[in-house]
Amino acid sequence: MTALEVLYYVLGGLGLFTFLAVTVMVLTYVERKFLARIQQRLGPMRVGPYGTLQPIADTIKLIMKEDILPSWADRPVYWLAPLVIFLPALAIWVTLPLGEDLVLRNLDLGLLYIVAISVLSVLGLVMAGWGSANKYAMLGGLRAAGQLISYEIPFIMAVLGVAMLSQSLDLTRIVNDQSSIANVIIQPAGLFIFFMAGLAELGRTPFDIHHAESEVVGGPFVEYSGAHWAIIQMAEYVNMFAIAALVVLLFLGGWRWPSMPFEGTGHQALSLVWFLAKTYGVVLVIFWIRGTYPRLRIDQLMAFGWKVLVPASFLNIVLTGIVLFYGWHWSVLTVMSSLTLVAIGYVIYRRPGTDVRQDTVRVVSARDAGLKPASRAAKPLSGGPLSGRTG
Amino acid sequence: MKVTQTTRAADSSVDMMINMGPQHPSTHGVFRLVLQLEGERIVHAEPHIGYLHRGSEKLCEGESYAQVITLFDRMDYVANLNSELAFCMAVEKLMGIEVPDRAWYIRTILCELNRVASHMLFYGVFGMDAGAMTPILYGFREREKIQSLFESVTGARMMHNYFRIGGVKEELPTDFPARLASIVEELKRAIEECDQLLTGNEAFLARTRGISPLSAEDAVDFGVTGPILRSTGQIEDVRVSEPYGIYDRFDFGIPVGSTGDCWDRYYIRIEEMRQSLLIIEQAASQMEAGDIQAKMRRIARPPKGEVYVRSETPRGDLGVFLVSDGGPKPYRVKVRTPSFSNLQAIQHMLRGAYVADAVVVLGSLDIILGEVDR
Repeated sequence: MTALEVLYYVLGGLGLFTFLAVTVMVLTYVERKFLARIQQRLGPMRVGPYGTLQPIADTIKLIMKEDILPSWADRPVYWLAPLVIFLPALAIWVTLPLGEDLVLRNLDLGLLYIVAISVLSVLGLVMAGWGSANKYAMLGGLRAAGQLISYEIPFIMAVLGVAMLSQSLDLTRIVNDQSSIANVIIQPAGLFIFFMAGLAELGRTPFDIHHAESEVVGGPFVEYSGAHWAIIQMAEYVNMFAIAALVVLLFLGGWRWPSMPFEGTGHQALSLVWFLAKTYGVVLVIFWIRGTYPRLRIDQLMAFGWKVLVPASFLNIVLTGIVLFYGWHWSVLTVMSSLTLVAIGYVIYRRPGTDVRQDTVRVVSARDAGLKPASRAAKPLSGGPLSGRTG
Repeated sequence: MKVTQTTRAADSSVDMMINMGPQHPSTHGVFRLVLQLEGERIVHAEPHIGYLHRGSEKLCEGESYAQVITLFDRMDYVANLNSELAFCMAVEKLMGIEVPDRAWYIRTILCELNRVASHMLFYGVFGMDAGAMTPILYGFREREKIQSLFESVTGARMMHNYFRIGGVKEELPTDFPARLASIVEELKRAIEECDQLLTGNEAFLARTRGISPLSAEDAVDFGVTGPILRSTGQIEDVRVSEPYGIYDRFDFGIPVGSTGDCWDRYYIRIEEMRQSLLIIEQAASQMEAGDIQAKMRRIARPPKGEVYVRSETPRGDLGVFLVSDGGPKPYRVKVRTPSFSNLQAIQHMLRGAYVADAVVVLGSLDIILGEVDR
């Protein structure tokens, strides 16, 4: 490796980190404002015009805050956990292309690398849960590990479906393959499965089971404060942005579809803008879901993962394989995949075996229940057997 | 029903004992629930109360009858007026006071509004317990409107001290009818909005339907009242079974469930809000000018004797047992609070449930710790 290459990777890594740090700040602001719109409030308004400087104030506050170490904590594990959560989140971005030729290091096996690395942060969650010496944290950490088992398979399977279409694990190639037709049109069910599994991986509503505020009070992060907490939080947002970016790259055509903005000079920058716009759109959908959905229980997530997503993702792969093997037109797969999606929807809404009646509550008229119509004058309360003298 | 009392781990294979509360965000106050878990399953739940005990019943004995009303404000601090009414009714029954019609209409309208406000709070908090963060802001927004109306009538947003023995404190403000009409219209719309926001949600249904059902027999045995008793299919509402005030002048419905699960408990309250608005509308149209205070001595001195009255608060059957020795202060005030009785069922309901359900079940009971501990 030449000195130039070393310089490239150092500067590139720093640039990527800066980009992600700024993105996280923007995301926290966007999330708060967007949720505020849903919830009929204003969100941050005090710091700067329309509260735009709020993320900066938050960052400063978090860095200045005291780092609390619980006295029973397992010190090395406790201090290492934020790092173990953060590093995989950052490492994913090495191979995620942000635009035309805008990638730190394009890997031929990029997708495999991403899928492998993204699982690692769960280790950090379990470590945080264990190290905090807090039962809520422990419960949260174990929930995170339990969650991993149920969403990881459909997650990988959905990625595989896309890889089959492009015959490649190289993200840039996958994006370039979508220049005329995006994968979402060919595989709508794939997008749904990937997005749901992605939400579960992120621990976002409705799958925010491992840090459920109303049950385990923040889960693995209960005891963290200050900069360590900020690092964990940053990792969460970086991961969320990564999943949104993957949705855009794998299914929404990256910067290619519906059309590449311009050719020639400046098209690289424009492709970045186009990509970011799409990614923020997906992020907004994630926020939207957060504003509208309650949380599922862990067994319900597992049932959803194993009984709905896993069979559907296998079906998705088999259908893709059949269409590719016989060389049929892609629209055949569109129809098949849409039918799969409809079937998933039917299963979710009908949930065979469970009763989804909503009409168990009826209103009985008070007159029927024995309330006698009154004469106009209000009667004084008559003394019962317990009462003494009544005036 | 067999009630087993155990204070130690019933089973040696229990993995974890977890203290939910008193500093837990979803215990609705300072309530402690000791959970013995096996993985995510609850083997045994032990409720501990008393963190908010202020000795209200004893304090009542040191205050004059008019002053006791303020203490009742602080028992159920979400449905203050309903609590006030229960005590006022007890004294009135003991003294045989005939409360003027207009005072009853004012009381009824305000109490039913308070029921809506209380259920709106329940709606928001229950959504929060189930993991949805938006409903609480919608619920609070509607409760806020009712509270500002209360402020214009009583001068306070929460601790009103507005009902008096034999009537109410003062005449309604002149703009009250107009404000009431607009608020009722807004509430009607808001209830439908809230209903749409949460009721049909698949994830919400999954979290509440069939969770910790309570059978009618168990409910009666535990002394459970109010919406939770009605959710088991029992038609029991003090406004109907022992009508007080002027409730027999109105046509309204009692929502009754059939399964006794968390969803029924939730939806009954949504229906109750609709029915309360019906009562308010009828009361507002029937109300006429007149006295707001019965003719009586300025300082209430009930005759020697004892009395028990029941009333229907948003949480259930609030009973006040009042003993008078003929003096200016009550000899004994015993309050049978619905939250306390309802909370008793939680141990039974949580057996074998998931940890996540514990929060939802506790939320569905809609307890007010001020009333549980008194």
